[in-house]
Amino acid sequence: MRIAVQLEPFDTGAELSGFQAGCAGGETRGETGAVVTFSGVVRNSASGDLAAMEIEHYPGMTEGAIAKFAAEASARWLLTDCLVIHRHGRLTPGETIMMVATAAPHRADAFAAAEFLMDYLKSRAPFWKKEITASGAEWVAAKDSDEAALDRWREEG
Amino acid sequence: MIEVLYFAWVRERIGLPRERIETGAATVADLMAELSAREPRYAAAFADPSSLRVALDQELADFDAPLAGVREVAFFPPMTGG
Repeated sequence: MRIAVQLEPFDTGAELSGFQAGCAGGETRGETGAVVTFSGVVRNSASGDLAAMEIEHYPGMTEGAIAKFAAEASARWLLTDCLVIHRHGRLTPGETIMMVATAAPHRADAFAAAEFLMDYLKSRAPFWKKEITASGAEWVAAKDSDEAALDRWREEG
Repeated sequence: MIEVLYFAWVRERIGLPRERIETGAATVADLMAELSAREPRYAAAFADPSSLRVALDQELADFDAPLAGVREVAFFPPMTGG
């Protein structure tokens, strides 16, 4: 399991290759049959005037919270490994904000765990996004739909 | 003494990212009331608790949670990661 909260850009292709190589050669050697990855990208505003997205986080709590979500995912589904990378600082449209990768013997577990991790990263990891446009800067409001997405994991749990 | 941290618009409204506060507040809500009475910038930041979240020693908590033994309190808006 690797968790990285970083300012620097990262290469999703290289990360995926490294993750998959780790699954193939690590202590779960040969057990991985499915790898699911998700990457989040800075989307431009509807009017196309987004200059940048600034992401603030709570150093210490962020890493601890993500580690907890990953441990929870590993307890719920049969996983062989998982990876979470999330950037902070100033990003421009088109840049990759974050990625999640999950590896499991079978794809259903890998898909479910990736969705679970994404839902918790959205609403329970201490990150805050601010959109910078020509007309000013505005904090992104949390969406009710993101909060509602957590309910299904509680019901199933 | 307790370390109090602020993030996102809470930090902007209060005007600083962290401070050490001498307080006898028993709960998070008591601390918010005490700070709000001290200066309008706190009252402005804490006016609507439904738009706030709190963490005690880096774990999400409720506003009625006790502060006894807590070293670090953080106030911030609902999180927008991912």
